[in-house]
Amino acid sequence: MSGNTEPLSPRAKLAVTAGRAAAAVSRAAGRGSGSVIGGKVALRLDPDLLARVAQHLDVVLVSATNGKTTTTRLIAEALRASGPVVSNALGANMPAGITSALAGGSDAKYGVIEVDEKYLAGVARDVTPKAIALLNLSRDQLDRAGETRMLAEKWREGLAGNKAITIANCDDPLIVWAASSSPNVIWVAAGQEWKDDAWSCPSCGGVLQRPDDDWLCADCGFRRPAPSWALSGDSVLDPHGSAWPIRLQLPGRANKANATTSAAVAAVFGVPPQVALERMYDVQAVAGRYDVISFQGRELRLLLAKNPAGWLETFSLIEPPPAPVILSVNARPADGTDTSWLWDVDYPRLAGHPILVIGERKLDLAVRLEVAGLDFRVCETAEEAVRQAPPGRIEVIANYTAFQDLRRRVGN
Amino acid sequence: MSESSLRLVWIYPDLLSTYGDQGNALVVERRARQRGLDVTRLDVRSDQPLPTSGDIYLIGGGEDRPQRLAAERLRRDGGLSRAVADGAAVFAVCAGYQILGHEFVNDLGEREAGLGVLDVVSTRSGDQRCVGDLLADIDGTLGLPPLTGFENHQGITRLGAGAKPFARVRFGHGNGSGDGTEGAYSGNVFGTYMHGPVLARNPLIADLLLKLALEVDTLPPTDDRWYEALREERIAAATQSA
Ligand SMILES: [Zn+2]
Repeated sequence: MSGNTEPLSPRAKLAVTAGRAAAAVSRAAGRGSGSVIGGKVALRLDPDLLARVAQHLDVVLVSATNGKTTTTRLIAEALRASGPVVSNALGANMPAGITSALAGGSDAKYGVIEVDEKYLAGVARDVTPKAIALLNLSRDQLDRAGETRMLAEKWREGLAGNKAITIANCDDPLIVWAASSSPNVIWVAAGQEWKDDAWSCPSCGGVLQRPDDDWLCADCGFRRPAPSWALSGDSVLDPHGSAWPIRLQLPGRANKANATTSAAVAAVFGVPPQVALERMYDVQAVAGRYDVISFQGRELRLLLAKNPAGWLETFSLIEPPPAPVILSVNARPADGTDTSWLWDVDYPRLAGHPILVIGERKLDLAVRLEVAGLDFRVCETAEEAVRQAPPGRIEVIANYTAFQDLRRRVGN
Repeated sequence: MSESSLRLVWIYPDLLSTYGDQGNALVVERRARQRGLDVTRLDVRSDQPLPTSGDIYLIGGGEDRPQRLAAERLRRDGGLSRAVADGAAVFAVCAGYQILGHEFVNDLGEREAGLGVLDVVSTRSGDQRCVGDLLADIDGTLGLPPLTGFENHQGITRLGAGAKPFARVRFGHGNGSGDGTEGAYSGNVFGTYMHGPVLARNPLIADLLLKLALEVDTLPPTDDRWYEALREERIAAATQSA
């Protein structure tokens, strides 16, 4: 698709212009970045617009339950080594937001696009991507999204016959199930800390055996494919067996996994691992995540965790005790209105940390921590929690809308 | 109780643990330990035989395919029916509740046999999914405060003469059969549509299971202020959303 410089049709141009105008109005009215509203107006005028605005780009799509925003950012940084990039860096990851982001990149060579899990199959059909990166699938906002395995099944059907090169995590059985319908897969051993959505064989329903880092189904033979890329400790192993050390500013094992996948994607676009990784080191924070800010004379690190797998990865990257921890949980529609997932989070791992609890569902969290036998204190506001926290940099872990509330509150 | 240690069996976490169902096991375990009881928790995967000597069995919720697989494996295993015959206490949630009955509708749209340890039959509602906070009055003979929970299901369950309604709905849907009932029980076997960690909002149901297992009428008190604060908040939420 690259080099195809066929101009937009008048109708598509009009749609883009109308979309930009709507976005400007939305911004002026103080309704966020305006990218989603702009995209919605544009799509209403021309339903083929997404395909058209992507036509001149080499596109990579990124989808997952966790890490898609960060990985999109890392891939975008890596590909900038080789040409201008347009990306939905603000995380507007449904078709309208994607259209709006791409429409702003008429000079770009590459489109690096985060896609909401539910829309992946459709977007993959519309934009004819060169590559698709699939990181992980686990339970998330279940009262909205439905069953995780059903999502894997939809991906599997949607990707069957897609000519894109799929870069997929061979350590996640649901990802392997989803990706293996794709004719052209590069497997990456990116690891999987959260395993509770993958005990049941996605193919036949048998119980998966999981010796060490391997996994297989004894009933039907579905098993972990051999990877050509791998995260090994603090290094990326490339297909030639070379090890490239990872020196990210972003913390945690999960981000090393994201960097490994990003390096594999960059290689598909001709950017060698060393160059790709070097560029990823510039990333300090992604949409406020991992940002260290100063508030009421204290240092706070803001961490987003939206689902049990995300909380688990976050617990593994925080400072050890006695670092104080503030936990904040809401249950608005964007979070999922059901808090049952709190019981899937391994809170006992916070033993030894001073714990302060805030957010709209602080009482659900209080009962969860009480049953875990942890000491904690419930506070009414972020300000009170920060005042009550013992000395040291405070790790603040919040789910989606609680995280947005906090960013506003602390002026980030 | 069969041994010196209370045996708490969590059935098939690999299939029926979609909505924080582990919470029920954690609450029962915690409240037993707070009373100084020694607890052995057995998490039994669906490729393992179910022990028949448990004192309390918990079975959770799950999506349609795992529910069918769980029913197939539990029927083949036979252990839960034997444990029920021996007087074990059973508490089941959503998909698990349907499995305890005579039959339910599986992921293929077919009637699937359950274990028949509760005299109920489940079908699936064609139209709406019941989602949200529920408030219901638990059967008076059980001596429990109102049931508060979150429901998220499409099932309809009808009770036979051998099962009593666990509760009467004030706000919410419950069994969805139009008679205002929620859940069912018979002897020491309980089923509810309140999904996931329902015992976290209703710790006295966990205590009831402990009393049935221990064959005692009372338990030493516990400090329940966080449970009570949560109950108050969620009961208000159920009342307001209706
Ligand atoms: Zn299998």
